[in-house]
Amino acid sequence: MRGLRKLHWLDWAILALLILLAGYVWLRIDGTLNYKWRWQIIPQFLIRYDEEAGGWVGGTLMVGLFNTIRISIMASLLALILGTILGLARCAQNLTIRLLARTYLEFLRNIPGLVVIFIFYFFLSEQLIAAFRIEDWARDIARGDNAWLWEIFFGDMRRFPSLISGVFVLALFESAFVGEIVRAGIQSVPKGQREAARAMGLSWTDQMRFVVLPQAMRKVVPPLASQFIMLVKDSAIVSLISVQDLTYRTVELVTSTRAIFEAWITTALIYGGLCFGLSLLFRRLEQKPGRRS
Amino acid sequence: MSDTTPIIRMINVSKLFGDFVALDDVSLSVAAGERVVICGPSGSGKSTLIRCINRLEPHDRGRIIVDGLELDEDMANLRSVRQEVGMVFQQFNLFPHLTVLENLTLGPIRVRRMARPAAEALARQYLERVHIPEQADKYPGQLSGGQQQRVAIARALCMEPRIMLFDEPTSALDPEMIKEVLDVMVELAGTGMTMLCVTHEMGFARKVADRMVFMEAGRIVETAPPEAFFTAPASPRARLFLDQVLEH
Ligand SMILES: Nc1ncnc2c1ncn2[C@@H]1O[C@H](COP(=O)(O)OP(=O)(O)O)[C@@H](O)[C@H]1O
Ligand SMILES: [Mg+2]
Repeated sequence: MRGLRKLHWLDWAILALLILLAGYVWLRIDGTLNYKWRWQIIPQFLIRYDEEAGGWVGGTLMVGLFNTIRISIMASLLALILGTILGLARCAQNLTIRLLARTYLEFLRNIPGLVVIFIFYFFLSEQLIAAFRIEDWARDIARGDNAWLWEIFFGDMRRFPSLISGVFVLALFESAFVGEIVRAGIQSVPKGQREAARAMGLSWTDQMRFVVLPQAMRKVVPPLASQFIMLVKDSAIVSLISVQDLTYRTVELVTSTRAIFEAWITTALIYGGLCFGLSLLFRRLEQKPGRRS
Repeated sequence: MSDTTPIIRMINVSKLFGDFVALDDVSLSVAAGERVVICGPSGSGKSTLIRCINRLEPHDRGRIIVDGLELDEDMANLRSVRQEVGMVFQQFNLFPHLTVLENLTLGPIRVRRMARPAAEALARQYLERVHIPEQADKYPGQLSGGQQQRVAIARALCMEPRIMLFDEPTSALDPEMIKEVLDVMVELAGTGMTMLCVTHEMGFARKVADRMVFMEAGRIVETAPPEAFFTAPASPRARLFLDQVLEH
């Protein structure tokens, strides 16, 4: 209640305006567009009772959500590896290495994400999957006895190639941002630290491994956490290359049920809840007192 | 001081930063066991000079030979030279994420390939030498400036170098901590270590220096034994500089 008392009349005015606006939008949809809300059909797409299996199974949106989570985790791990390499390359002594890293970065920065995704998809993922015969390999596993184990990690194994290209494409795309975060972390370590390490005779790798990276990584954790949340949101983009993530499943659901508003609102709430939950979690972890300054 | 070949030889060394000449045709030889104090106004190239000796700054012209090894692009030479040459910085440059003991053992373990127990024993021995054996398990941030600089000296000594370079080791310290660091350096001088020391602590210079080197605008203007340098500097610039420094 103390919070309420602190509200100024202006706050009330703004709140009232917002409620009016929401009501107006509602009326437009309900009356003018003659839209029939059918919220009751949504729950079955989240979770439903399967007569055949005799138990509860995830509905199409839930399956999509799990795919989104899988892709995000795998892509961020891969992006972390690629990004660290990229960040180190940006600080390398060798000019060619620095230039290559810079070119890659500018390429990703100055081309729309969507275009980058398609380019990576058609030029890289497709080729890699064909070259390594991943299709055949995944089909064999899907038919095999241990399919259930693989499916915990990768979802439906018949869709594995598409999942993997989603992971690749997303990781390549995000590696640029991770690379910049890592580079900023490395450069935030005072010059004297490297000099002291060099003066001792440590090799370049040892200077990085024992002196620079441990200090850089501490600075880099908070921005990396926010980048991870960005990645979860960006992952919706892979629905365009037919990866069956939450967004893709929502598009399908809308096509088959025509419950446009309900489906998209539900999906927005799921994404919002996931990302907000993550940011609360990261904030909590950050506040945990560190060992030292 | 014997007349054997010098342990450091700089021959007509020049160093440029862009167009700016930071070292201008400098030649300097230092005998093993000799203690040289370098002074001169700010920006005269003192730091650049000693940073060239372990190639933190690569020189552009001339030759530098340290303990028989020529400093050039050769990485193998460079690593051997850096093992022979310890360096102490104005800002300490201790590794804040490592304990004092870990700061001291990193070099011995990674560069000298010592086993951890041996490296730790060595580290404790040198902490004893700089009079802070009880601080081994603290982090640098928990120590006073004077203690940090003594840890930095111990860290350099753990590599068992033949030459120690000091770049204004007391300039970042509060006045009451200067003495504890200088005392350690005087003791080190007593062990016969070859020392090159950039400092404005003229009391220290009088006590330990075998030779004073005065720099101005990237050149060595004057080299003299301390007594001669302090009582009757040959160059007017050195005289002016001494007047300013000794005023305080
Ligand atoms: N990395 C650098 N880049 C450009 N100029 C530098 C650099 N390091 C030193 N200098 C310049 O070289 C000159 C000599 O510097 P330094 O050796 O640090 O002088 P001192 O230690 O005697 O004060 C100064 O004018 C300084 O500005
Ligand atoms: Mg200096």
